[in-house]
Amino acid sequence: MTAKLRQAGWYRALAFTILGVAVCLGLSTGLRVAFGVTPVYDGESVLQISLLMVPFFFLGGIGCFDYWLRWASGRKVVDDHADHGAKSWRDYFKVNTDHKVIGIQYICLSFFFMFMGGLMAMVVRAELAAPGRQFIDSNAFNGAFSVHATLMIFLFVIPIFAGIANYVLPLMIGAPDMAFPRLNALSFWMLPVAGVMMMLSFLAPGGSFAAGWTAYAPLSVDAPIGQAFFTIAVQFAGASSIATALNFLVTIITMRAPGMTFFRMPLLVWANFSTSLLVVIATPFIAASQFMVLLDRALGFNFFNAAAGGDVLMYQHVFWFYSHPAVYIMMLPGFGIISEVIATRARKPIFGYRMMAFSLLAIVVLGFTVWAHHMFVSGMSNWIRIPMMVTTAIIAIPTGIKIFSWIATLWRGVLKMDTPMLWALGFISMFTVGGISGVMLAMVPLDIHVSDTYFIVAHIHYVLFGGSLFTIFAGIYFWFPKMTGRMFNERLGKIHFWLTFVFFNITFLPMHLIGVQGMPRRVSDYAEQFATWNAIISVASFVVGLSSLIFLYNMVVSWRSGPKAPSNPWNSLTIEWQVSSPPPIFNFDAIPSVVGGPYEYGVPGAVHAVLKDSAPEPVTAGAGSGAERSA
Amino acid sequence: MTGETHRGAVTAKNWLGLIAIMIVASVAGIAIVLLLPWFPEQGSTVAPKIDTFWDVLITVSVPVFVAVTTMVLFSVWRWRQRPGEEDLDGPPIHGSTKLEVIWTAVPTVIIAALTTYAAILLIDIQAAPAKQTRVVQVNGVQFAWDFATRTDAGIVKSNRLYLPINEPVKFNIRSKDVIHSFWVPAFRLKVDAVPGITTSYAITPTKLGTFDVICAELCGLGHAYMRQTVTVLSKARYEAVMAGIAKSSGVSQ
Repeated sequence: MTAKLRQAGWYRALAFTILGVAVCLGLSTGLRVAFGVTPVYDGESVLQISLLMVPFFFLGGIGCFDYWLRWASGRKVVDDHADHGAKSWRDYFKVNTDHKVIGIQYICLSFFFMFMGGLMAMVVRAELAAPGRQFIDSNAFNGAFSVHATLMIFLFVIPIFAGIANYVLPLMIGAPDMAFPRLNALSFWMLPVAGVMMMLSFLAPGGSFAAGWTAYAPLSVDAPIGQAFFTIAVQFAGASSIATALNFLVTIITMRAPGMTFFRMPLLVWANFSTSLLVVIATPFIAASQFMVLLDRALGFNFFNAAAGGDVLMYQHVFWFYSHPAVYIMMLPGFGIISEVIATRARKPIFGYRMMAFSLLAIVVLGFTVWAHHMFVSGMSNWIRIPMMVTTAIIAIPTGIKIFSWIATLWRGVLKMDTPMLWALGFISMFTVGGISGVMLAMVPLDIHVSDTYFIVAHIHYVLFGGSLFTIFAGIYFWFPKMTGRMFNERLGKIHFWLTFVFFNITFLPMHLIGVQGMPRRVSDYAEQFATWNAIISVASFVVGLSSLIFLYNMVVSWRSGPKAPSNPWNSLTIEWQVSSPPPIFNFDAIPSVVGGPYEYGVPGAVHAVLKDSAPEPVTAGAGSGAERSA
Repeated sequence: MTGETHRGAVTAKNWLGLIAIMIVASVAGIAIVLLLPWFPEQGSTVAPKIDTFWDVLITVSVPVFVAVTTMVLFSVWRWRQRPGEEDLDGPPIHGSTKLEVIWTAVPTVIIAALTTYAAILLIDIQAAPAKQTRVVQVNGVQFAWDFATRTDAGIVKSNRLYLPINEPVKFNIRSKDVIHSFWVPAFRLKVDAVPGITTSYAITPTKLGTFDVICAELCGLGHAYMRQTVTVLSKARYEAVMAGIAKSSGVSQ
């Protein structure tokens, strides 16, 4: 037993967690005694301190800090790669430094939270199936849509892109791993902390956080203790994002294989490079906004208390300075996935490769100049509205370049209409709808009428569901054979696509109409005139929910017993497909040499990278050359 | 279609057919979308302008969607992999500067035109109302609006908003607790009620009747129920109603 408690793992994590709560209880009580505050025991105080500190105890217990603490305390550290690679399914529940294991950990965890967030959406739609109260009170309803959005954004879309890139990106650039494998592991383990904290908020007195995923002050400052679960969980999700983004940037800049110039990188790598820039610059702002709310809530700092000189609008400016770039954080990696899928499945080079890369960078820069378009009716100075409208509309131009380039890539290709391609083409048309409604929303006079209505709900779901989620499904189906070494069931994949595509549209298209007609968002009850459309929307949304079960079944069964996947089932040129499925533990026997562009389909005998076979000592070769180049 | 021809160049006939489909689908799409009952009734001088702007946006947008979707579907129809083409690749076309310039320039022109229109319209909406405009103080509180109107007799407070038709009115909007948003869909305008500052907008009601007043910003438990009404009356009826409220619940200065 003591041996198990000394060893990194779940037993020690549990013991450390209990110890952590005890420390927080002692800290709160001790401080209250020292400052003469009565009563000595205060549950909310203990809870808030615990939310901040216990995660570090858990992360220490599970083993995220072992290596660093050993090294820092001057003890002997061994680089034996003992925590690298997975030998059984149990290894996926441990701290692991292999980017492929971490990638799968990310993806599975993110899908878990997609199903949780999806359940919340089902609760919301059940309540909205008819006017008046159906199942839950307004507090539970506000909690359901707040947790739905928060889980989908912070625990699904953002991390699953990090997960896919974690798995694919080092292979694509010919690197044996990410630049900082231990930081990579820590980034991952902060996510379950954040997600579990958000879900635990339902157990808090007064219910879960219920101020929307935007958590506008002062509503979030006055809210019951459940709000603190959001405020603090976002810090962990954000820290995870920032650490991963730094890791991607260093990996992409320093660990590309010889010959892999920037303009030979696959567009997925470009996309994650751009996204990581956004994350590193923007994410600290949401951390700041939530720290200010936390200080207001816990210690009465009055940042957002107008009566005490606070500034209510400042919250929105700081929040959106992150949260607008965040929509590109949730979209650019998907653009990368679509470029890979379309080039490979249409058998043609990406049309206008350089413009595709430059348009990503243009979106990064422009993405920081548009945040106040979320605030056209917020009461901010009127003069800001026209400049922000212009910058917002300009973003449509690089986005349009990408859409047209994908279509030109399809033109005269040999289109293999399999599941990843269906999702990619579905993405192009659905994302165009979201892009068009985005330009409409940029137009201030219209936005004044439709902001905070169901038109907004329709727009963000066309962008994040028809956009991001479609690219996620395209990517998951596309790299499933590489990640698992098995083929998925094509028939089920197509059924999944068509069911989702049709009922997604029946769910979200009418929302444009009822929004313009005057139905506000975030309401548990609505006027009688919207009853028919809401009933239709609810039924359709349940079918969307059910269709995701087909996906789950396909993934689980194919992973266990699908036909063995060859190393390159799509006949792709990029490097990840030139190694076995799944790839060997250190990816390459010898670091590949890149000799050409990534998408030279149709050029006879074109090669992107040359891989040497069987080096004498595979493990040393892979690890050694990685260390050399990062030095 | 045989394997030979469907891989051949896109003929003039193909292009004509493609463009014809796009035009027909765009016209049909615009007609269908414009016929939908989008907006609530027009209750202010601003409303027809917003509704016309919407019609313009739809007319520009539908062809964009139709063009993208038609091109995708045409590619699938024309160039999908047929039996025997499993090992075939497409031609190695890497790009075309001419095309890229076109599809950068055309959206730029559209965007420039739309933002110019929107900016002119916005400046028009924001224009300061005439000097002697009636002012209504709108107070948001969880979870109701109350309204205070200055009349000759003093300030009249009510839970329902009354306005005389065809007279400009300016709303000064405040909040006592959290953020609310003062929205009358029939007037087409909204602005948040923000603790600590006063926000405002001005409209001129043009239609007699009773319209919804809705809180559009999530303000807590009762947000969904923060729905009241505004009644637009003839000048004479308005004076009578305000006098009645002043008599029954008093005035303040």
